[in-house]
Amino acid sequence: MTAVTGALRAWLDRPLPATATVAALLLATAWGVSYFPRSIVLFMLFQGSILTLYLARIPGWVKGVLTAGTLGVLMPVLGSINAYYLEIAIQVGIFAALALGLNIVVGLAGLLDLGYVAFFAVGAYSWAIVGSPQANLIFGGSAFPLPPWWFFAFLFVAVAVAAGAGLLLGLPVLRLHGDYLAIVTLGFGEVIRVLANNLDKPINFTNGPKGITPISRPPIFFEPVLRALGVEAGPVAIYPLYLYFLVLLIVGVTVLVNRRLEDSHIGRAWEAIREDQTAAQAMGVPLVRMKLLAFACGASFAGAVGVLFAAKQVFINPESFTFMESIGVLAMIILGGMGSIPGAILGAAVVTILNLQVLKGMSLWLNELRNAGVSIFGFNLADLPTQLEPAKYERMVFGLILVLMMIFRPQGILPAKRRVRELEDI
Amino acid sequence: MAPLLEARGITKRFGGLTALDEVNFDLDEGHIASIIGPNGAGKTTFFNVFTGIYVPEAGTVSFRGQALLGRRPDEITALGICRTFQNIRLFGNMTAMENVLVGMHARVGLPFWDVLIRSPRWRIRERALWDKGAELLGVVGLRDKANELARNLPYGDQRRLELGRALGSAPALLLLDEPTAGMTQGEARSLMELLRRLTANRGLTILLIEHNMRVVMEVSDHVTVLDYGEKIAEGRPADVQKNSRVIEAYLGRKRWAPASGRASG
Repeated sequence: MTAVTGALRAWLDRPLPATATVAALLLATAWGVSYFPRSIVLFMLFQGSILTLYLARIPGWVKGVLTAGTLGVLMPVLGSINAYYLEIAIQVGIFAALALGLNIVVGLAGLLDLGYVAFFAVGAYSWAIVGSPQANLIFGGSAFPLPPWWFFAFLFVAVAVAAGAGLLLGLPVLRLHGDYLAIVTLGFGEVIRVLANNLDKPINFTNGPKGITPISRPPIFFEPVLRALGVEAGPVAIYPLYLYFLVLLIVGVTVLVNRRLEDSHIGRAWEAIREDQTAAQAMGVPLVRMKLLAFACGASFAGAVGVLFAAKQVFINPESFTFMESIGVLAMIILGGMGSIPGAILGAAVVTILNLQVLKGMSLWLNELRNAGVSIFGFNLADLPTQLEPAKYERMVFGLILVLMMIFRPQGILPAKRRVRELEDI
Repeated sequence: MAPLLEARGITKRFGGLTALDEVNFDLDEGHIASIIGPNGAGKTTFFNVFTGIYVPEAGTVSFRGQALLGRRPDEITALGICRTFQNIRLFGNMTAMENVLVGMHARVGLPFWDVLIRSPRWRIRERALWDKGAELLGVVGLRDKANELARNLPYGDQRRLELGRALGSAPALLLLDEPTAGMTQGEARSLMELLRRLTANRGLTILLIEHNMRVVMEVSDHVTVLDYGEKIAEGRPADVQKNSRVIEAYLGRKRWAPASGRASG
């Protein structure tokens, strides 16, 4: 047995066989999904093979090509076969970008932020208000919604607004750390949600709990190109793919920014603050400036993703920005590994897939059994109370996973690696 | 020549306890000076006043003619005073190299945008930082342990890494709080060799808090003795050693010893 695994490992250690194996896995699972588009198990195998692609020991450029092929071609193709898969991919992307932003604040700088979703809300509302007729109620006239082109501008506006909100939160809590900081940030998150809930009078900014709709989507500026290529597709077919690539772009930028900050004097200063802030300050790290920078950077990612989220949903209300969302994002980075970029992405993927796919899939399956009147051990499933639907166990499964992680792998699934350099190289 | 560091009438109280009572202190450039005294004499408090961690109730401190009081610790580090801690305070989950790199933070001086776009300026600077870090690790004898996590280093290495990290900020004045604590006599001796080299080659001024008397007497140009927050003696090591108040502070009064039934207090 050990001889077999040893041989297998030796085989997979060489770049060419490893590449072939990973490529074969990806293609086989993708082919499987295209044949059985409704099979959740096969789609999960496909997602698993993306993970093997990340873990495989193959040269960087090969990995890059395979990743581009998988995310740029395979995934959209599968998404056009079963649109729900694309929806899952988009959600994973949104949460990955959020997790990466929170990773800066919590993972690197060690500032426990339990109100992170507030910045997401700030970004989402900033586009929702001007990208819908809502702003007419504030400013009067009928200038709004702004033309769809403004969507792109607002990606940047939201970065600035959310960073500003980050500074606003950061300033009063600078002296706090640990539990106190957690409580204040939690309060901040709730304040933003309650504001969104109640700012419908005296001036109607947010339309309160009823939410804002319809929110403009980004323009399909490439339509002439599509027509020239002879592709006839309506907005219904184009938008999921379009949003998917936008999310991919945002996640890409987030990863890039994260990596650059992490591997610089700024990232090192953040980590020093996390390790021992008194010592960090004694070594010349300006605590106030670096903490504010961490809050602002983390918040800005959430702002940009918020704009995208608003456009994707077309409708937003305060329900999307509850405390549980903050906890969810935090759970993602704990699951993946604090301070680890691949960990944050993996955590976002695992949690989202669990919510949208596994538990929902089990609910659907149970429903089918129930509707078919199947009985187990003489118990008719039709009599099963609806409270027992797996989809309603979301939070419990969450909690269970976190508890198990804390016991068996507290550093997370893909813990942060130290930057190691041979001194001869430098 | 004016002293490098000049403290006048420093008073620091914690509630009813007077940790420092109108202490005056001068430190000349290029010297190795020591502060000694029994436990609780106010030595570390003195350091914390110099490095901006505590603000004293009264007194002034000036460094190269600039007032230090009211400045934040990181500003004081940027001015050229850096310290180590009595209970080692390394960044445990970072490598030895990264610890030294954090020490250089005050000297980086690159704006955020350069980091974000990875400008050529950033590349040059980052490379220079790593080169300098490697050099400093060499100075404290940890070059081959650059990639080890700080918390995995043996105790003596951790002390030396703290010194290396402090050197990262290119200080003119180095404050070392019990640098040889827990070291063997041999390790302590080689550390003192290193300190002497640093003052000779880099023009550093060093202020030590030490309990190891052999080390203190061997290496110091100047010794200050604190007891219950008061300066009770200062001068050349040999003179301080003979000072009756110093002996009293350390060993107790002669007539108490037989009464308590112990040879010394």
